[in-house]
Order: sequence, then C-alpha cells, then structure tokens
Amino acid sequence: MRPVQGDEGKAVEAVHMAGARTKNRTKKRLRMRAGPTAVAAAVCALAATAAFVLPTGGAPAQGPPARAGAPAAPAPGAPAPEAAAREAAAPQQCTDPEASLRPSGGTDGPAVQRIKARGRLIAGVDQNSYRWGYRNPADGELSGFDIDLVRAVAKDILGDPGKVTYLAIPTSRRISALQTGKVDIIARTMTITCDRVRQVAFSTAYFESGQQVMVPKGSPVTAFDDSLKGKKVCTSEGSTAEIKVREEPHGSSLLTVPNQLDCLVRLQLGEVDAIVNDRALGAGQAAQDPSVQLVGKPFTTEPYGVAMNLADTDLVRRVNKVLEDYRGGGAASLWMKAYEKWLAADLKGITAPPAPKYRD
Amino acid sequence: MSQPQPAGGPRGAPVRKPAAPAWREALERVRAAAVTEPGRLRVIGAVLAVALVAFGAVTAWQVASRSAAADSVVRTSQPLSADAADIYRSLADADTTAASGFLAGGQEPRAVRQRYEKDIALASRLLVKASANAEGSAAARARIATLNEGLPRYTGLVEAARANNRQGLPLGGAYLRYAGDRMREELLPAARGLYEAETGRLGSDYDDAKSWPWAALALGAVVLGALAWAQRRNYLRTNRVFNHGMLAATAAAVVVLLWLVVGHAVARSGLETSYAHGARSLQVLNEARIGSLQARGDENLTMVARGAVLGKNGDDAYETSYRDGMGRLVGGSQGPARADTLLDRARALADDAEGRDPVDAAIRDVREWQQRHVQARTLADDRGDYDDALRKVIGDKDSTGESFDRVDTELQRALAHEQSEFRQAADDGRGAFFGLAAGAAVLTVLGAAGAVVGVGRRLSEYR
Repeated sequence: MRPVQGDEGKAVEAVHMAGARTKNRTKKRLRMRAGPTAVAAAVCALAATAAFVLPTGGAPAQGPPARAGAPAAPAPGAPAPEAAAREAAAPQQCTDPEASLRPSGGTDGPAVQRIKARGRLIAGVDQNSYRWGYRNPADGELSGFDIDLVRAVAKDILGDPGKVTYLAIPTSRRISALQTGKVDIIARTMTITCDRVRQVAFSTAYFESGQQVMVPKGSPVTAFDDSLKGKKVCTSEGSTAEIKVREEPHGSSLLTVPNQLDCLVRLQLGEVDAIVNDRALGAGQAAQDPSVQLVGKPFTTEPYGVAMNLADTDLVRRVNKVLEDYRGGGAASLWMKAYEKWLAADLKGITAPPAPKYRD
Repeated sequence: MSQPQPAGGPRGAPVRKPAAPAWREALERVRAAAVTEPGRLRVIGAVLAVALVAFGAVTAWQVASRSAAADSVVRTSQPLSADAADIYRSLADADTTAASGFLAGGQEPRAVRQRYEKDIALASRLLVKASANAEGSAAARARIATLNEGLPRYTGLVEAARANNRQGLPLGGAYLRYAGDRMREELLPAARGLYEAETGRLGSDYDDAKSWPWAALALGAVVLGALAWAQRRNYLRTNRVFNHGMLAATAAAVVVLLWLVVGHAVARSGLETSYAHGARSLQVLNEARIGSLQARGDENLTMVARGAVLGKNGDDAYETSYRDGMGRLVGGSQGPARADTLLDRARALADDAEGRDPVDAAIRDVREWQQRHVQARTLADDRGDYDDALRKVIGDKDSTGESFDRVDTELQRALAHEQSEFRQAADDGRGAFFGLAAGAAVLTVLGAAGAVVGVGRRLSEYR
C-alpha cells in the first residue's frame, strides 16, 4: 500500500515514473549498464543540445515543430512535445523550479483552443484532501482551495466555472495523466520540484507549503526538534515527511501508514503521539479534529503549482494570468478570500499569496 | 490317548517352596485335568465360550466407537464446522455491509444497518457456542480468543467511521479503511483458522467412523477357526457330524461377522458419500461465498478510498484486490468459470442438477456483476461522474450490488442443498450401525451358551 494524498507521495512517484516513462534520472543509470542504452542516451543528449541551440524567447509556440526533440518524448502515446516548446517550458539547469512562463491573455494557443472546442476543462483533482479537494458525502459536491482555483480557470477560459470534468487522479498517476492527455490540468496539492519540471509544466506557485508537526493540544511536543524524544511519530509511506523523520528522528520512533489521513486515525486512537505532514494537509486534518494543532515552523519549503503538459505552453501562460488576477487586490483578492474560507481557521498567519516568479 | 504324566510333580516337589503361589496350584490342576478327555473338553468349552464373548465384546466396543464418531460427525463436528463457516461469513458480510452503508452516507438504508447488526450479533453468539465446544482444541481456542478481542475493536472503528462520515469528514473513510484492515488482517484470518480447525475435527471424526474394526474382524475369524477345529475334533472322535450347540455357536459367530462386515461397509459408503458430496461441496461453496463477499467489500472500498491507497504498481489497492478476488472466484471476464476457480470446483463437486443449477446461476450473475463493475469504473475514472458511478455500485436497479445480492442468494441456495445432501448421506451411513453393537453382544453370548451346551452334551457322556 502506498500513500497518495496531497503531495506526500513524491518519492513513490519518482520511482514509479522512472520505471514507467522518464528519461533524465534513468538515463544516467542506464548509460552505465549497456551499449544500446548508451546510444539512446546519446540521442537524448543530442535532442537536448538541439533544443538548446534552437531560437528561444517570447513566442515559442509559434516556432516550427522541431522533430529533433521527438526521441526524448516522455510518454508512449503522449503528444510528442516540440523541442522549442520543451525549451520554453522546462529550464535546462534547475536552480529555480518555481519560475514559470509570463502570463498572456491574448490570442488562444492550441491547448486553450482544444479546451474551448471541447467546451469543458478536464481537471485532475484529489477527492480526499479536506479543505483542498474533497467530495462531501452528504451532497456529492467537490470543494476546497484547489477546486476554487480550477473553477477560476474554467471561468476564464470557458466563461463558466461549472464547465469542469473532475477526475480523481491518484498521486502516482498525476504526471502520466498529463503526459497522455487524459487531463488538461492537475490542481492537487502538487509541489513544484526540479524532478517534475522536466516532466510537466507548472504554473507559478499558488501556495507555499512545508512539512510541519501536528500534535494534540497540550502535548509536550513543540516543533520538529528534540521535544519529539521518546515519542511515536506517524507519516505516510514514501512521503517527504518519512524521509525527513528518518534523516533526523530526534529520538522518536516512526510508524508509516498508507495515507496521511490514516495518521490522524492513529493519533485519535492513541497509537502515535505526533504526525509529521505537509502543513496544507495538516490544516485539513486539524479542521476535522479541533483537539489537534500544527506546532513549530514548517521545516521545508514546498510551493504548490498547477501542473500541465509541457507542450501546452499557451495554457501555462493562461493559467498564470488567471493566477495574477486571483492574487490581485491585496487583502480583498480572490486568493485571500479562498484562504479565509478554507484554511485560515487551521493555518493561521498567512497575509498574502506567494509572489510569482517568471523566467522569461 | 496320551498317557498321564506326573506333570513335573515329584521332580518339582523337592525344589518347591512351602508357600507356592495360589495361581500356580490352579495351573497345575488344569494341567492335570487336561490329560483326561473330560478335562480337555472342559477346557475347549471354556476357551470357545470366552472367545465368543470376547468377539462380541470387541465388536460391540469397536462398533460403538465408530457409531459415536459417526454421531459426532452429524451432531457435533459438522454443525460446529458449519457454525465456524457462519462466523467467517457473517464477519465478511458485516465488513462488506458496513462499507455499503458508509457509501450511502446519511441516507444509509435501515435494512443495511440492520443487516450489519445482525451479522455482528450472529458472529458473537456463534463465538460463545464455539468456545463452549472448543475444550479439546488449543488452535480453536486461540482463534476464538483473537476473535473475541478483535470484534469489539472492529465495531468501535466502524462506529467512529460512521460518526465522522455523517459529519461529512473524510476522516470517516480513513476509519472505515482501518476497520477493514483489522477485519482482513486479524479477524478474517482467525475466523478462517477456526473454520479450518473445526473442519479438521470433522475430518478426523470421519476417519474414526470409517476405519475398519480390524480387531473385531480378526477375532471373529479366530473364533470361527476355533469352532471349526472343535467340531472337526468332535467329528473325528465321535463320528457324529453335528454338535447342535457348537453349530448354533458357529451360526451366531458367522451372523455377527457378516453383519459387522456388511454394516460397516454400508456405513462407510454412506459417510464417504456425505463427505465427497456434502462436506467438500460445503467447504468450497463457503469459500466461494466469502470470496464474493470480499470482492464486494473491495468494490465498495474502491469507492470509499477514491484512490487514497495505492498498490505497489501504482494501481488502486482495492481495485487490484477486487480483481484478484474475482480471479479466484471465476477467472476471466466472460463465459463459464475458468478451471480450478472456486465456482468451477463447486460446480464439479455438485453431483446433481439441483446442486449445479444455483452454481451456474451464480456464475452468470458474477459475469453480469463484472460487466457492471467495469461500467462503474469507467464512469468514475474516465468520466469523473462519481454520483452515477456510486449509483451503479449501491443503487437498487442495474447495480453491481444487485448482481452481488443475486450471487449471494444463489450460493446460499447451493449451500442449503448440499447441506441436506450431506445430512441425508451421513444419516444413511450412521443408520447402518444401528443395532450392530447390541446385536453382536446378544448373539455372541448366545453363541457362547451354545458352545457350552454343546460341549456339556459330550461331557455328560463320560458320567
């Protein structure tokens, strides 16, 4: 059993993707192993060079398709991303994965046209993350911070926030769902990382998350530090939290469970003393149990972004424009309203959305 | 004929100690008697009578123990094995029903809630009964202890799941999955272990009931041989062909021996039939029924978890488990059940149309269930239409739930039929032992009397 909710499944996803359909990490490994793979690696390197040499800049989507990039195409059956588009969407050296493409609201590119022709936006979301993307059993409605964002994108492109088909995409399938064209966007507490920006395109960061400790109120544990000594800590399997706790246990012992919410069950049953989790998901847990709270400061920085196919540069720019609008307006912005509505009660102290970064 | 010998008397006298044991004196007397014909006749009569009575006693004892084992098959071990199967099934049913009710959320139908409560009540009641009957088996007792400890914990988790779910909190789903894990990892394996222990006890009762009474048969042969020898000796000495007493004794011994052989053979064949067609069918059908319950539970949990738990290959863990369960149940996605699957084995074990029909119907219903399941998954995974998918799973009409209910009903019908087959064959087998023990005792006592009378006749000629 593997974890899935929110963003804790990074390690798993990386392994999964390496096995299934990627290049960069596997490339190195394969090159060491055999001749034929070395050839494949050389082709990839060539493609990367070609992409580097090709003209870049303001309007890559209008450039002619450069088929040299085809051998490096990620997923079998995925629309072969064009080299120029790749160059524009994925930076070569990953120093600042958060930097995205500048927004544009002008003419519609092929991806936006595709969505308009279909009349519906297909969004990959989570159905189990309270306050982010959750289907209420009482009315069957999806709601949360991520869902509001998807509705804003649909409203901007299609003029109607309701014209969305929501697909529940598990953590391990997020990247492949984009690469095979099953969904247009993924808004699912997905962290922007260097590994991922080679595989999918991200919008600017729309939320700044990080790992944080959650305990019952009145617990002697105060942060991710030595106050954890002798305590039993719960994380979901394969998550960033698990890696961090294994690196620095601070004298605690570890229990891993398939899903982050399972940790709250264990905490309520008294089987563990603390949970280490993404604070965004922690807020969702605290919202379900008023007797627990987040303590200390987040000890990692994990920006969330809307993920799209690498080739859909026009859609990336469009979503970034939606985000600009969403953030605009200071304390009265749509972003702040969504924060107040979904998160403020359990994730206090946020006064403004994260500032966007652009690379072009 | 032989000359009297001073059987070691004078020679032994000097060494004999004054306080010789009494039994030795008695032995000496018998030896002395054996040298005369009347003495020999007395010994022969006594030996024949004792042998006949011993034959009767051993026969009665061995038959009684087999008859008791056959009784135990019908009265104790099979019902206990059936009870254990009921515990196993009602726990699996409770888990599946809890997930169905959970999916319905605030609109959980009353009937679903009642079914869950009935399952838990039945399991608790049968556990009490099983523990009262488990003195002999440490394995069964350990399983019962696990079940007794785990059951309240399980129901507590289900209630927590229900309470959170009614408030619209996803935590409810996590509780339900935790409850389901406890059920699958602790309770169901223990229930299965109990079922296997009880079924093992049934098997050993069967073996006890079916084992040939070799001691009685051998003793019968020896008695007949001795009677033949005594009568031949009588014929050679007196030229009389018949000695009525000994003839009667022989007839009694032959009747007892034949009765024993035929009666036991009939009982054995009845028990064998009840085992082959009843007990084994029941076992496979119980497995199939529990398999279908678990597949249904997995299907429900796929809807509850919505991709929250993935297997090693990145697929939904519950969907994978559903597919594995269906593979064990029928295999493939259409047509007849694949070879060696549970329903295929159940069908092969059914020995008449009445037993086969419900299994065939169950296979057809499982196929329909599989088709509907694919439709539900398509609705949920590819179209994102969760509400329609949910209706396809727990709705009243054209849902996988409807198909599952039909499968369950058909398997229940098949189980009822096999249960009655079992009972009938086992009763027939058990009936073959009727009167055998008492009959053997009476007849051999009469035979012994006959032998004594017969020898007495000859003896009277010496007076």
